[in-house]
Amino acid sequence: MSTATTPTARDGGDGAAGSGTPEPVEVGVVVRGRRRLTTAAQVAVVLVVWIVAWAALRGTHTLPLAPSDLTSLHHSLNDARDWVDDNRNSSPIFLYVFNEIRVVLNALSQMFMNLVAVPPEGAQFPRLGWLGVVALFTFVATWLGNLRVGLLTLVGLVFLGLQGLWVPSMETLAVTAAAVLVALAIGIPLGVLAGFNNRFDRLITPLLDFMQTMPPFVYLAPLALFFGIGLASAVITTLVFAAPPVIRLTAHGIRSVNKATVEASQSLGATPGQTLRGVLLPMSRRTIVLGINQTIMAALAMVTIAALIDGPGLGKNVIKALSTVDVGTAFNAGLALVVLAIVLDRTTTAMALRSEGGSHTQRHRSPLARRVEQWRRPLLGVGAAITLVAVWLSRTYVAYAEFPFTAGGTWDLGRHVRRGADSVTTWVQDTFPVLSEGLMTWVTRGIIDPLQALLETSPWWLTSIAILALAWILGRWRATVPAVICLGLMVWTGLWQDSMITLASTLVATLLVMLLGVGVGVWMGRSDRADAVIRPVLDAAQVLPPFVYMVPVVALFAPGRFSAIVAAVVYAAPVAIKICADGIRTVSATTVEAAVAAGSTTSQVVRKVQLPMATPAVTLATNQGLIFVLSMVVMGGLVGGGALGNDVVGGFTQRELFGKGLAAGLAIVLLGIMLDRVTQAASRRVGRPGR
Amino acid sequence: MTDQQQRETESVISVRDLWKVFGPGADKVPRSPELAALSRRELIDATGCTAAVRDVTFDVAPGEVFVVMGLSGSGKSTLLRCLTRLIEPTSGTMMFGGQDILAVDARRLRELRRTKFSMVFQHFGLLPHRKVVENVAYGLEIRGASKAERTRRAMEVIELVGLSGYESSYPDQLSGGMQQRVGLARALAVDPEVLFFDEPFSALDPLIRRDMQNEVIRLHKEVGKTMVFITHDLSEALKLGDRIMIMRDGAQIQVGTGDELVGAPADDYVRDFVQDVNRSHVLTLRWIMRPPRPGDPMDGPVLGQDVLVHEAVRAVLAARKPARIMDSADNLIGMVGDEEIFGVITSTETVAAASSRPVTVAR
Ligand SMILES: Nc1ncnc2c1ncn2[C@@H]1O[C@H](COP(=O)(O)OP(=O)(O)OP(=O)(O)O)[C@@H](O)[C@H]1O
Ligand SMILES: [Mg+2]
Repeated sequence: MSTATTPTARDGGDGAAGSGTPEPVEVGVVVRGRRRLTTAAQVAVVLVVWIVAWAALRGTHTLPLAPSDLTSLHHSLNDARDWVDDNRNSSPIFLYVFNEIRVVLNALSQMFMNLVAVPPEGAQFPRLGWLGVVALFTFVATWLGNLRVGLLTLVGLVFLGLQGLWVPSMETLAVTAAAVLVALAIGIPLGVLAGFNNRFDRLITPLLDFMQTMPPFVYLAPLALFFGIGLASAVITTLVFAAPPVIRLTAHGIRSVNKATVEASQSLGATPGQTLRGVLLPMSRRTIVLGINQTIMAALAMVTIAALIDGPGLGKNVIKALSTVDVGTAFNAGLALVVLAIVLDRTTTAMALRSEGGSHTQRHRSPLARRVEQWRRPLLGVGAAITLVAVWLSRTYVAYAEFPFTAGGTWDLGRHVRRGADSVTTWVQDTFPVLSEGLMTWVTRGIIDPLQALLETSPWWLTSIAILALAWILGRWRATVPAVICLGLMVWTGLWQDSMITLASTLVATLLVMLLGVGVGVWMGRSDRADAVIRPVLDAAQVLPPFVYMVPVVALFAPGRFSAIVAAVVYAAPVAIKICADGIRTVSATTVEAAVAAGSTTSQVVRKVQLPMATPAVTLATNQGLIFVLSMVVMGGLVGGGALGNDVVGGFTQRELFGKGLAAGLAIVLLGIMLDRVTQAASRRVGRPGR
Repeated sequence: MTDQQQRETESVISVRDLWKVFGPGADKVPRSPELAALSRRELIDATGCTAAVRDVTFDVAPGEVFVVMGLSGSGKSTLLRCLTRLIEPTSGTMMFGGQDILAVDARRLRELRRTKFSMVFQHFGLLPHRKVVENVAYGLEIRGASKAERTRRAMEVIELVGLSGYESSYPDQLSGGMQQRVGLARALAVDPEVLFFDEPFSALDPLIRRDMQNEVIRLHKEVGKTMVFITHDLSEALKLGDRIMIMRDGAQIQVGTGDELVGAPADDYVRDFVQDVNRSHVLTLRWIMRPPRPGDPMDGPVLGQDVLVHEAVRAVLAARKPARIMDSADNLIGMVGDEEIFGVITSTETVAAASSRPVTVAR
């Protein structure tokens, strides 16, 4: 997803500023090998001591807290919530800030909702009936993109209707549109500013990192508290998550405009505004549109999640179905999300291509395509006329206003999808018990249970000491100081044991992600054919709203901890694989050739040259994998993933658990920061010589 | 009035004690005599600052082609960017047509850029999303010229640089040489007083480069603009430049005409630079003549002191007698025989050793 842009942003940094002497490469490998061995040995010693101590002290000082128990912190958070509820309409900060924002955002999203999804007050149908929507979107896609994405839009939208999901789909679309609009209105100017001004760029980069790495699950509750349950909160949540890509990519686009061209413009006496309009924006248009694309995708994913705070749309269908383990219905709604995602992604990608400018698009084309291009204008004219007629029809006749869907009819595709999903699930469960049962039992018994036991039943101080020792070994002060702070605050949240259980799931999932990441990454990095086949799959997987992963996983493995872990692996693996593959790929071809010429076997080349030289990429992949996994493991609370995730969900649904849910959100952020700091510090120390 | 003073009063561009230092606390460097005396390397070690341009002083006369030459990293581009204030110099003064450019505000500076000077860049800096004609018209467009007016002018200039017929192509449909013609046309379109070139041809292959050099010479003859031309190619410098300034590590080493540089290099750096030049095409007879000796035959051919050596070869060798070099008042000032001619053509040492000669003779 959008966060694929993060690696580069995080990777920059003070690699060069650290200590250590730059050794020549050959020497470096030897020296590093020795140091890594000792590092590994140190880690092993810590683990052994920990396990021995655990065996003796198991079950003491574990700081448990029963699901319905609250600490004083949780109570005071509840009180704060009550205060907010009481003063919502009297305190100036609410009257003049939060309420204002809410009113504006509500009005904006309500406008979109009334346009396509829900009838405005006093009316019977939305302003645009289904036919009008289909025609309009098809036309816009053809106009800004090309005929192919126009047809895709047409088929996709009609498909949504036939699934019986027209209204929720339109609701999702409307909220997404509102959020994207606001995100672009804020994001593009900020991006331009960041592209111009280094200081501003340095200021917002960590903020954007934070916005993108914080699991969205966490800020839902506080936002809902301040902006109320409903549309405005849904839009703001989405905004937090979806604005960073367009800011980053706009800044990047502006920055990477050929410097000579900018100077040429300046040297001719252009004002900054003229240079911006005449040179910078046109030349970075493609990158900016790419940013818009990523923002739209992120928004779609997030709008779905916002269903947790009563955001309208398909997300609600998914959540409801997940909670009753109605695989068919969940899959149907998930499929609708995928269709929406594909339509939006292809259309904006086509827009990006078109915006490359006249010369490129026209020249490198087949004669047929060029012929089509010639007919473009007249075709568009005809299309516009048809669209107008369709819009008029849809505002005049009921049949064109309300999607003519009859449940159980021949054209009820939703029914077929639900049945198909149900029977496939049953079939897989019956036919491959090894896959669903065996794998689950094996991983649970072999990895999850022991690790969780260690973290859950160790005394809190023992775990803390062990974690700090590991942080010191891996990253010295840079890792230890944040770890001390985060561990301390975690104890304070009163959710120590839950945090440790979540940490166990996160670590297991990350381990699996990295096995996949390195394995598939090496394969892709070494074989162009593998890369060509796998990369599109990864791209597609990154486009899907994360919710969608939950559905088939739950269907196969039943709700629970293991499903949450698998969903997290599926969610995080594409990012990790891509980073690893790119790391392997960037190892200089000459070095590899030299190794081959020296008579290395393939596995020697991989182990002794490519992987060591790709260490920075692998550590970066671990870092990103951890962050992605954490946000998804927590979302596993929805499918009974347990621990912190359950606490957060409880906070949404039960009034008296609000404070606890908030504290759980905080604990998740603390876990995230700790893992992020430790892996980053480790990558700085371990990954250095490879840079 | 000396040559120097005359240049100062009439010059289009007059630069004094110009410094550009990159890095923290840059402005301290030119002011502190100790720091200013350090070499570039020592300065980096001492302060972390890079002195890209160090204490440069020169004048450019109207209509002159002034070439700045030096190895990569010697500060040529930085100097040029300072001249147009694309970057701000650290210290020093720069006068442009009698006006202190460093004192003007942003608005006036834009005014100057729009009307008085233009730049041509090594990597062209064209706008890929605009057609050739729109690229050429860009400078007029930002000045606020009407569409008809700027298209007319753009077509004129396109014709001038020999690109007629390519007006509606996009830059990436043109070869490198043609793209640079577009860059040249864009600079010419605003009818500037001074043209700045930053290694405009070094991205082109040799044949096209020669083509473009001739183009510049032709344009210079036709439109007579003052030009400041940056290059790291000596033959290009000698071909185009009325005067050449040689830079090393940010400092100016020598300023002079081509034959002055070849005939009297200021130090080993310059000597190395000019070593591979075909001297007979650069040096004039003034640089190789010897004082008349008693017994010299006085019936050899008569030649002026500004005749290039390679032009004199045939005359001297055919006469089998030393040529007499006369000044404008028909006084005999020196002799050039086979020996001197062969010295230039066959050996580099002779001339290098003879480099101090013109001074003696002139006295
Ligand atoms: N923005 C900058 N910040 C710091 N140092 C710079 C900057 N721009 C140039 N320099 C330094 O100034 C010195 C001169 O650079 P400049 O680009 O002027 O050289 P040049 O003579 O044009 O070389 P080339 O022939 O390669 O173009 C170099 O050492 C360079 O590292
Ligand atoms: Mg340069």
